[in-house]
Amino acid sequence: METFEPKIVGFLCNWCSYEGADSAGKAQKACPANLRVVRVMCSGRIDPQFVIQTFMEGADGVLILGCHPGDCHYKEGNYNALKRYTVLKNMLKGFGIEEGRLRLDWVSATEADKFVQVVSDMVEHVKQLGPFNHHNH
Amino acid sequence: MGKPKIALYWCSSCGGCEESVVDLAEDILTVVEAVEIVFWPVAMDFKYEDIAAIPDGGIVASLINGAIRMEEQARIAKLLRQKSKYVIAHGSCAHLGGVVGLANFYKKNAVLDRAYKEVPTIHNAQGILPKEKTDDSGREIELSAFHDTVKALDQVIDVDYYIPGCPPPPNLIKNAIMSLLEGRLPPKGTVLAETKALCHTCPRRESKPDKIMIREFKRVWETEWDPSRCFLDQGIICLGPVTRGGCGERCIQANMPCKGCFGALESVIDQGAKSASFLASIINAEDPEEISQIAASIPDPAGLFYRFSLPSSILKGKIDKEAK
Repeated sequence: METFEPKIVGFLCNWCSYEGADSAGKAQKACPANLRVVRVMCSGRIDPQFVIQTFMEGADGVLILGCHPGDCHYKEGNYNALKRYTVLKNMLKGFGIEEGRLRLDWVSATEADKFVQVVSDMVEHVKQLGPFNHHNH
Repeated sequence: MGKPKIALYWCSSCGGCEESVVDLAEDILTVVEAVEIVFWPVAMDFKYEDIAAIPDGGIVASLINGAIRMEEQARIAKLLRQKSKYVIAHGSCAHLGGVVGLANFYKKNAVLDRAYKEVPTIHNAQGILPKEKTDDSGREIELSAFHDTVKALDQVIDVDYYIPGCPPPPNLIKNAIMSLLEGRLPPKGTVLAETKALCHTCPRRESKPDKIMIREFKRVWETEWDPSRCFLDQGIICLGPVTRGGCGERCIQANMPCKGCFGALESVIDQGAKSASFLASIINAEDPEEISQIAASIPDPAGLFYRFSLPSSILKGKIDKEAK
Protein backbone atom coordinates (compact mmCIF):
# COMPACT_ATOMS: atom_id res chain seq x y z
CA MET A 1 0.00 0.00 0.00
CA GLU A 2 1.14 3.51 -0.80
CA THR A 3 1.96 5.60 2.22
CA PHE A 4 -0.50 8.39 2.73
CA GLU A 5 1.03 11.84 2.31
CA PRO A 6 -1.35 14.36 3.85
CA LYS A 7 -1.90 17.79 2.39
CA ILE A 8 -1.50 20.41 5.10
CA VAL A 9 -2.41 24.02 4.41
CA GLY A 10 -0.59 26.51 6.60
CA PHE A 11 -1.77 30.06 7.20
CA LEU A 12 1.38 31.90 8.28
CA CYS A 13 1.49 35.44 9.51
CA ASN A 14 3.63 37.83 7.52
CA TRP A 15 5.65 39.24 10.41
CA CYS A 16 6.80 36.23 12.45
CA SER A 17 5.85 32.80 11.18
CA TYR A 18 6.39 33.35 7.47
CA GLU A 19 9.78 34.77 8.35
CA GLY A 20 10.34 31.72 10.57
CA ALA A 21 9.61 29.45 7.62
CA ASP A 22 12.00 31.53 5.53
CA SER A 23 14.70 31.16 8.16
CA ALA A 24 14.25 27.41 8.04
CA GLY A 25 14.59 27.54 4.27
CA LYS A 26 17.66 29.77 4.31
CA ALA A 27 19.30 27.47 6.83
CA GLN A 28 18.46 24.54 4.52
CA LYS A 29 16.68 22.64 7.26
CA ALA A 30 14.90 19.49 6.17
CA CYS A 31 11.15 19.94 6.43
CA PRO A 32 8.32 17.70 5.20
CA ALA A 33 7.01 18.80 1.82
CA ASN A 34 3.38 18.33 2.90
CA LEU A 35 2.84 21.94 3.86
CA ARG A 36 1.29 24.42 1.42
CA VAL A 37 1.74 27.91 2.76
CA VAL A 38 -0.68 30.82 2.50
CA ARG A 39 0.81 34.06 3.74
CA VAL A 40 -1.59 36.30 5.62
CA MET A 41 -0.86 39.66 7.20
CA CYS A 42 -1.89 38.45 10.65
CA SER A 43 -3.11 35.22 12.22
CA GLY A 44 -6.04 37.32 13.47
CA ARG A 45 -7.19 37.51 9.85
CA ILE A 46 -8.02 33.80 9.77
CA ASP A 47 -11.78 33.62 9.53
CA PRO A 48 -13.16 30.21 10.58
CA GLN A 49 -14.77 30.15 7.12
CA PHE A 50 -11.26 29.94 5.59
CA VAL A 51 -10.43 26.89 7.70
CA ILE A 52 -13.64 25.05 6.84
CA GLN A 53 -13.36 25.91 3.16
CA THR A 54 -9.76 24.69 3.17
CA PHE A 55 -10.86 21.31 4.49
CA MET A 56 -13.58 21.07 1.89
CA GLU A 57 -11.15 21.93 -0.91
CA GLY A 58 -9.09 18.89 -0.04
CA ALA A 59 -6.78 19.68 2.88
CA ASP A 60 -6.21 16.91 5.41
CA GLY A 61 -5.02 19.37 8.02
CA VAL A 62 -4.89 23.11 8.62
CA LEU A 63 -2.05 24.80 10.50
CA ILE A 64 -2.28 28.38 11.72
CA LEU A 65 0.97 30.00 12.79
CA GLY A 66 1.30 33.42 14.36
CA CYS A 67 3.58 35.57 16.49
CA HIS A 68 4.07 34.63 20.12
CA PRO A 69 1.57 36.20 22.53
CA GLY A 70 2.66 39.75 23.24
CA ASP A 71 4.66 39.95 19.98
CA CYS A 72 1.85 40.59 17.48
CA HIS A 73 2.68 43.28 14.96
CA TYR A 74 -0.89 44.52 15.43
CA LYS A 75 -0.79 44.06 19.22
CA GLU A 76 -3.74 41.69 19.65
CA GLY A 77 -4.30 39.86 16.36
CA ASN A 78 -2.80 36.63 17.65
CA TYR A 79 -5.06 36.71 20.73
CA ASN A 80 -8.02 36.96 18.37
CA ALA A 81 -6.61 34.02 16.44
CA LEU A 82 -6.35 32.00 19.65
CA LYS A 83 -9.95 32.82 20.66
CA ARG A 84 -11.35 31.94 17.23
CA TYR A 85 -9.29 28.77 17.07
CA THR A 86 -10.54 27.68 20.50
CA VAL A 87 -14.22 28.20 19.65
CA LEU A 88 -13.79 26.74 16.16
CA LYS A 89 -12.14 23.61 17.55
CA ASN A 90 -15.09 23.09 19.91
CA MET A 91 -17.45 23.56 17.00
CA LEU A 92 -15.62 21.16 14.68
CA LYS A 93 -15.92 18.42 17.30
CA GLY A 94 -19.67 18.53 16.64
CA PHE A 95 -18.93 17.73 12.99
CA GLY A 96 -16.79 14.74 13.89
CA ILE A 97 -13.58 16.42 12.74
CA GLU A 98 -10.62 15.13 14.76
CA GLU A 99 -8.83 17.67 16.92
CA GLY A 100 -5.41 17.06 15.41
CA ARG A 101 -6.48 18.23 11.97
CA LEU A 102 -6.46 21.84 13.10
CA ARG A 103 -3.54 23.29 14.97
CA LEU A 104 -2.49 26.73 16.11
CA ASP A 105 1.04 27.49 17.22
CA TRP A 106 3.42 30.38 17.62
CA VAL A 107 6.60 30.63 15.56
CA SER A 108 8.81 33.71 15.64
CA ALA A 109 11.02 34.94 12.80
CA THR A 110 14.10 33.29 14.31
CA GLU A 111 12.55 29.95 15.29
CA ALA A 112 13.54 27.90 12.26
CA ASP A 113 13.87 24.74 14.34
CA LYS A 114 10.49 25.20 15.98
CA PHE A 115 8.90 25.72 12.57
CA VAL A 116 10.34 22.43 11.31
CA GLN A 117 9.30 20.64 14.49
CA VAL A 118 5.69 21.95 14.44
CA VAL A 119 5.26 21.03 10.77
CA SER A 120 6.81 17.58 11.25
CA ASP A 121 4.62 16.87 14.30
CA MET A 122 1.50 17.93 12.46
CA VAL A 123 2.32 15.85 9.36
CA GLU A 124 3.01 12.80 11.53
CA HIS A 125 -0.23 13.28 13.45
CA VAL A 126 -2.40 13.75 10.36
CA LYS A 127 -0.74 10.73 8.71
CA GLN A 128 -2.09 8.67 11.57
CA LEU A 129 -5.55 10.20 11.25
CA GLY A 130 -5.68 9.37 7.56
CA PRO A 131 -7.22 11.38 4.72
CA PHE A 132 -9.99 13.88 5.42
CA ASN A 133 -13.12 12.84 3.62
CA HIS A 134 -14.28 16.08 2.08
CA HIS A 135 -16.83 14.47 -0.22
CA ASN A 136 -19.59 15.26 2.20
CA HIS A 137 -23.05 14.53 0.85
CA MET B 1 -59.88 33.04 -14.65
CA GLY B 2 -57.54 35.83 -15.43
CA LYS B 3 -56.25 36.21 -11.90
CA PRO B 4 -52.56 35.34 -11.47
CA LYS B 5 -52.12 31.83 -10.09
CA ILE B 6 -50.25 31.16 -6.86
CA ALA B 7 -49.25 27.81 -5.36
CA LEU B 8 -48.22 27.06 -1.79
CA TYR B 9 -46.49 23.85 -0.81
CA TRP B 10 -44.85 22.38 2.28
CA CYS B 11 -41.96 19.98 2.50
CA SER B 12 -40.02 19.03 5.65
CA SER B 13 -41.36 21.70 7.95
CA CYS B 14 -43.22 22.10 11.21
CA GLY B 15 -46.25 23.90 9.78
CA GLY B 16 -45.17 27.24 11.20
CA CYS B 17 -44.70 28.70 7.72
CA GLU B 18 -48.27 27.75 6.82
CA GLU B 19 -49.31 29.50 10.00
CA SER B 20 -47.39 32.58 8.87
CA VAL B 21 -49.66 32.74 5.80
CA VAL B 22 -52.73 32.48 7.99
CA ASP B 23 -51.20 35.18 10.21
CA LEU B 24 -51.69 37.62 7.35
CA ALA B 25 -55.09 37.96 9.06
CA GLU B 26 -57.28 40.51 7.21
CA ASP B 27 -54.47 41.06 4.73
CA ILE B 28 -55.06 37.57 3.40
CA LEU B 29 -58.23 38.99 1.82
CA THR B 30 -56.13 41.46 -0.16
CA VAL B 31 -53.94 38.60 -1.34
CA VAL B 32 -56.84 36.28 -2.13
CA GLU B 33 -58.57 39.10 -4.00
CA ALA B 34 -55.53 39.58 -6.18
CA VAL B 35 -54.66 35.94 -6.89
CA GLU B 36 -56.10 32.53 -7.52
CA ILE B 37 -54.65 29.87 -5.23
CA VAL B 38 -54.28 26.75 -7.35
CA PHE B 39 -52.53 24.53 -4.83
CA TRP B 40 -52.26 24.63 -1.03
CA PRO B 41 -52.32 21.11 0.41
CA VAL B 42 -52.50 22.19 4.03
CA ALA B 43 -55.64 24.26 3.55
CA MET B 44 -57.44 23.19 0.40
CA ASP B 45 -58.09 20.03 -1.55
CA PHE B 46 -56.11 19.82 -4.77
CA LYS B 47 -54.44 16.88 -6.46
CA TYR B 48 -50.97 16.68 -7.92
CA GLU B 49 -52.62 15.94 -11.29
CA ASP B 50 -54.22 19.39 -11.16
CA ILE B 51 -50.77 20.95 -11.07
CA ALA B 52 -49.45 18.66 -13.79
CA ALA B 53 -52.33 19.82 -16.02
CA ILE B 54 -51.33 23.50 -15.77
CA PRO B 55 -49.15 24.60 -18.70
CA ASP B 56 -45.46 25.27 -17.94
CA GLY B 57 -45.01 28.74 -16.49
CA GLY B 58 -48.76 28.97 -15.90
CA ILE B 59 -48.32 29.69 -12.19
CA VAL B 60 -46.95 33.14 -11.38
CA ALA B 61 -45.33 32.13 -8.12
CA SER B 62 -44.93 29.09 -5.92
CA LEU B 63 -44.15 29.63 -2.27
CA ILE B 64 -42.43 26.49 -1.04
CA ASN B 65 -41.65 26.05 2.63
CA GLY B 66 -39.72 23.30 4.38
CA ALA B 67 -36.49 21.53 3.55
CA ILE B 68 -36.23 18.57 1.18
CA ARG B 69 -35.85 15.17 2.80
CA MET B 70 -38.37 12.95 0.99
CA GLU B 71 -38.50 11.97 -2.65
CA GLU B 72 -42.09 13.17 -2.88
CA GLN B 73 -41.03 16.65 -1.76
CA ALA B 74 -38.28 16.75 -4.38
CA ARG B 75 -40.68 15.56 -7.06
CA ILE B 76 -43.37 18.16 -6.31
CA ALA B 77 -40.78 20.92 -5.92
CA LYS B 78 -39.47 20.07 -9.40
CA LEU B 79 -43.01 20.00 -10.78
CA LEU B 80 -43.80 23.39 -9.27
CA ARG B 81 -40.53 24.76 -10.65
CA GLN B 82 -41.57 23.67 -14.12
CA LYS B 83 -45.02 25.21 -13.79
CA SER B 84 -44.01 28.47 -12.10
CA LYS B 85 -42.51 31.69 -13.33
CA TYR B 86 -41.08 32.37 -9.90
CA VAL B 87 -40.26 30.05 -7.04
CA ILE B 88 -39.93 31.56 -3.60
CA ALA B 89 -38.23 29.69 -0.79
CA HIS B 90 -40.51 30.46 2.11
CA GLY B 91 -38.99 30.31 5.61
CA SER B 92 -35.69 29.16 7.11
CA CYS B 93 -35.99 25.48 6.15
CA ALA B 94 -36.48 26.16 2.44
CA HIS B 95 -34.01 29.04 2.56
CA LEU B 96 -31.14 27.45 4.50
CA GLY B 97 -32.16 23.96 5.55
CA GLY B 98 -33.62 25.10 8.85
CA VAL B 99 -34.03 23.36 12.17
CA VAL B 100 -34.95 20.09 10.45
CA GLY B 101 -31.55 20.34 8.75
CA LEU B 102 -29.88 19.61 12.10
CA ALA B 103 -30.67 15.98 11.24
CA ASN B 104 -27.56 16.16 9.04
CA PHE B 105 -25.53 15.77 12.23
CA TYR B 106 -26.76 12.16 12.19
CA LYS B 107 -26.77 9.39 9.64
CA LYS B 108 -30.03 8.42 8.02
CA ASN B 109 -30.22 5.11 9.87
CA ALA B 110 -29.64 6.76 13.22
CA VAL B 111 -32.52 9.16 12.51
CA LEU B 112 -34.89 6.31 11.65
CA ASP B 113 -33.79 4.19 14.62
CA ARG B 114 -34.27 7.08 16.97
CA ALA B 115 -37.72 7.97 15.66
CA TYR B 116 -39.09 4.44 15.30
CA LYS B 117 -37.26 2.37 17.91
CA GLU B 118 -35.56 4.37 20.64
CA VAL B 119 -37.77 7.23 21.75
CA PRO B 120 -39.45 6.42 25.07
CA THR B 121 -42.91 7.08 23.70
CA ILE B 122 -42.67 4.41 21.02
CA HIS B 123 -43.46 0.73 21.35
CA ASN B 124 -42.09 -1.16 18.40
CA ALA B 125 -41.24 -4.66 19.62
CA GLN B 126 -40.64 -6.01 16.13
CA GLY B 127 -38.37 -3.08 15.27
CA ILE B 128 -40.29 -2.24 12.12
CA LEU B 129 -38.94 0.67 10.10
CA PRO B 130 -40.75 2.42 7.25
CA LYS B 131 -39.86 0.91 3.90
CA GLU B 132 -40.34 2.22 0.40
CA LYS B 133 -42.28 -0.87 -0.61
CA THR B 134 -44.33 -3.14 1.63
CA ASP B 135 -46.43 -6.13 0.82
CA ASP B 136 -49.79 -5.87 2.56
CA SER B 137 -51.63 -9.16 1.99
CA GLY B 138 -50.69 -9.33 -1.64
CA ARG B 139 -51.07 -5.62 -2.26
CA GLU B 140 -47.97 -3.52 -2.71
CA ILE B 141 -47.96 -0.27 -0.77
CA GLU B 142 -45.46 2.46 -1.56
CA LEU B 143 -43.98 5.13 0.65
CA SER B 144 -41.89 8.04 -0.54
CA ALA B 145 -38.13 7.44 -0.24
CA PHE B 146 -36.31 9.03 2.70
CA HIS B 147 -33.16 10.74 1.38
CA ASP B 148 -29.74 10.36 3.01
CA THR B 149 -29.61 14.02 3.96
CA VAL B 150 -31.72 17.14 4.35
CA LYS B 151 -31.31 19.77 1.64
CA ALA B 152 -32.30 23.42 1.32
CA LEU B 153 -34.69 24.12 -1.57
CA ASP B 154 -32.06 25.67 -3.84
CA GLN B 155 -29.97 22.52 -3.55
CA VAL B 156 -32.78 20.72 -5.37
CA ILE B 157 -34.35 23.29 -7.70
CA ASP B 158 -33.59 26.77 -8.98
CA VAL B 159 -34.98 29.39 -6.58
CA ASP B 160 -35.77 33.00 -7.52
CA TYR B 161 -36.34 34.66 -4.15
CA TYR B 162 -36.08 33.89 -0.47
CA ILE B 163 -38.36 34.93 2.38
CA PRO B 164 -36.33 34.24 5.52
CA GLY B 165 -37.53 33.50 9.03
CA CYS B 166 -38.68 30.78 11.33
CA PRO B 167 -41.44 31.49 10.53
CA PRO B 168 -41.32 34.57 8.29
CA PRO B 169 -43.24 37.59 9.56
CA PRO B 170 -46.52 38.02 7.64
CA ASN B 171 -45.62 41.49 6.36
CA LEU B 172 -42.63 40.06 4.47
CA ILE B 173 -44.90 37.49 2.81
CA LYS B 174 -47.43 40.10 1.84
CA ASN B 175 -44.74 42.42 0.50
CA ALA B 176 -43.19 39.59 -1.49
CA ILE B 177 -46.47 38.57 -3.11
CA MET B 178 -47.53 42.14 -3.82
CA SER B 179 -44.19 43.11 -5.35
CA LEU B 180 -44.37 40.05 -7.61
CA LEU B 181 -47.88 40.95 -8.72
CA GLU B 182 -46.96 44.57 -9.29
CA GLY B 183 -43.82 43.65 -11.17
CA ARG B 184 -41.48 45.39 -8.70
CA LEU B 185 -38.88 42.69 -8.93
CA PRO B 186 -35.52 42.79 -7.19
CA PRO B 187 -32.57 40.91 -8.78
CA LYS B 188 -32.91 37.14 -8.82
CA GLY B 189 -31.61 35.46 -5.68
CA THR B 190 -32.54 38.35 -3.39
CA VAL B 191 -33.43 37.59 0.19
CA LEU B 192 -36.55 39.66 0.72
CA ALA B 193 -35.61 41.29 4.03
CA GLU B 194 -33.12 43.83 5.37
CA THR B 195 -29.49 43.81 4.33
CA LYS B 196 -28.25 45.12 7.67
CA ALA B 197 -27.79 43.13 10.85
CA LEU B 198 -30.55 42.83 13.41
CA CYS B 199 -28.64 45.05 15.88
CA HIS B 200 -29.27 48.08 13.65
CA THR B 201 -32.98 47.98 14.41
CA CYS B 202 -32.85 46.31 17.82
CA PRO B 203 -34.93 48.17 20.42
CA ARG B 204 -32.07 47.57 22.88
CA ARG B 205 -29.34 48.94 20.65
CA GLU B 206 -28.77 52.02 22.81
CA SER B 207 -27.57 49.77 25.61
CA LYS B 208 -25.13 47.84 23.39
CA PRO B 209 -21.62 48.85 24.43
CA ASP B 210 -19.06 49.82 21.77
CA LYS B 211 -16.92 46.89 22.78
CA ILE B 212 -18.63 43.83 24.21
CA MET B 213 -16.38 41.72 26.43
CA ILE B 214 -17.62 38.51 28.01
CA ARG B 215 -16.18 36.44 30.85
CA GLU B 216 -18.87 33.78 30.83
CA PHE B 217 -21.59 32.86 28.36
CA LYS B 218 -24.90 32.25 30.11
CA ARG B 219 -27.99 30.44 28.97
CA VAL B 220 -31.26 32.24 29.50
CA TRP B 221 -32.37 29.97 32.31
CA GLU B 222 -29.14 30.44 34.21
CA THR B 223 -29.62 34.07 34.93
CA GLU B 224 -32.11 36.83 35.55
CA TRP B 225 -31.65 39.51 32.99
CA ASP B 226 -32.59 43.11 32.53
CA PRO B 227 -35.24 43.21 29.80
CA SER B 228 -34.12 46.63 28.64
CA ARG B 229 -30.41 45.92 28.24
CA CYS B 230 -28.47 44.35 25.35
CA PHE B 231 -28.39 40.57 25.81
CA LEU B 232 -24.72 40.28 24.92
CA ASP B 233 -23.79 42.89 27.48
CA GLN B 234 -25.36 40.56 30.04
CA GLY B 235 -23.43 37.51 28.83
CA ILE B 236 -26.39 35.95 27.05
CA ILE B 237 -25.63 34.65 23.57
CA CYS B 238 -27.51 36.71 21.00
CA LEU B 239 -26.72 36.26 17.31
CA GLY B 240 -28.11 39.68 16.38
CA PRO B 241 -24.76 41.12 15.22
CA VAL B 242 -24.31 38.39 12.58
CA THR B 243 -27.96 37.86 11.59
CA ARG B 244 -29.91 39.58 8.83
CA GLY B 245 -32.51 42.01 10.12
CA GLY B 246 -36.07 42.58 8.98
CA CYS B 247 -37.80 40.18 11.34
CA GLY B 248 -39.49 42.91 13.34
CA GLU B 249 -37.32 41.94 16.35
CA ARG B 250 -40.01 39.54 17.50
CA CYS B 251 -37.77 37.51 19.78
CA ILE B 252 -36.21 40.60 21.35
CA GLN B 253 -39.70 42.05 21.95
CA ALA B 254 -40.57 38.79 23.70
CA ASN B 255 -37.42 39.16 25.82
CA MET B 256 -35.50 36.36 24.08
CA PRO B 257 -32.15 36.69 22.30
CA CYS B 258 -31.73 36.26 18.52
CA LYS B 259 -31.07 32.69 17.38
CA GLY B 260 -30.27 33.54 13.78
CA CYS B 261 -33.32 32.37 11.81
CA PHE B 262 -32.97 35.09 9.15
CA GLY B 263 -29.60 33.69 8.15
CA ALA B 264 -26.27 35.36 7.66
CA LEU B 265 -25.52 38.75 6.21
CA GLU B 266 -24.97 39.19 2.47
CA SER B 267 -21.17 38.84 2.47
CA VAL B 268 -21.10 35.72 4.62
CA ILE B 269 -20.91 32.22 3.14
CA ASP B 270 -21.17 30.19 6.31
CA GLN B 271 -23.43 31.46 9.07
CA GLY B 272 -22.09 29.06 11.69
CA ALA B 273 -18.44 29.86 11.10
CA LYS B 274 -19.24 33.56 11.26
CA SER B 275 -21.16 33.12 14.50
CA ALA B 276 -18.20 31.24 15.94
CA SER B 277 -15.87 34.00 14.83
CA PHE B 278 -18.01 36.73 16.34
CA LEU B 279 -18.60 35.04 19.70
CA ALA B 280 -14.91 34.16 19.98
CA SER B 281 -13.91 37.75 19.40
CA ILE B 282 -15.87 39.00 22.42
CA ILE B 283 -14.21 36.61 24.86
CA ASN B 284 -12.51 38.75 27.47
CA ALA B 285 -9.29 36.87 28.19
CA GLU B 286 -5.76 36.41 26.87
CA ASP B 287 -4.63 33.36 28.78
CA PRO B 288 -5.19 30.11 26.78
CA GLU B 289 -6.64 28.31 29.81
CA GLU B 290 -9.08 31.11 30.54
CA ILE B 291 -10.08 31.35 26.89
CA SER B 292 -10.78 27.61 26.84
CA GLN B 293 -12.86 27.91 29.97
CA ILE B 294 -14.98 30.76 28.62
CA ALA B 295 -15.32 29.05 25.22
CA ALA B 296 -16.53 25.91 26.99
CA SER B 297 -19.47 27.88 28.38
CA ILE B 298 -20.90 28.10 24.84
CA PRO B 299 -23.38 25.22 24.84
CA ASP B 300 -23.37 22.82 21.84
CA PRO B 301 -21.47 25.20 19.54
CA ALA B 302 -22.11 23.29 16.31
CA GLY B 303 -25.83 23.04 16.97
CA LEU B 304 -26.09 26.61 18.17
CA PHE B 305 -24.21 28.22 15.27
CA TYR B 306 -25.89 26.09 12.58
CA ARG B 307 -29.35 25.93 14.13
CA PHE B 308 -30.95 27.16 10.89
CA SER B 309 -28.33 26.64 8.22
CA LEU B 310 -26.56 23.27 8.46
CA PRO B 311 -27.58 21.82 5.05
CA SER B 312 -26.54 25.01 3.21
CA SER B 313 -23.29 25.45 5.17
CA ILE B 314 -19.85 24.63 3.78
CA LEU B 315 -19.57 21.34 5.69
CA LYS B 316 -23.27 20.47 5.20
CA GLY B 317 -23.34 18.06 8.12
CA LYS B 318 -21.37 15.49 10.05
CA ILE B 319 -18.23 14.42 8.25
CA ASP B 320 -18.55 10.86 7.11
CA LYS B 321 -15.32 9.08 8.07
CA GLU B 322 -15.67 6.40 5.44
CA ALA B 323 -14.53 7.64 2.05
CA LYS B 324 -17.12 7.29 -0.64
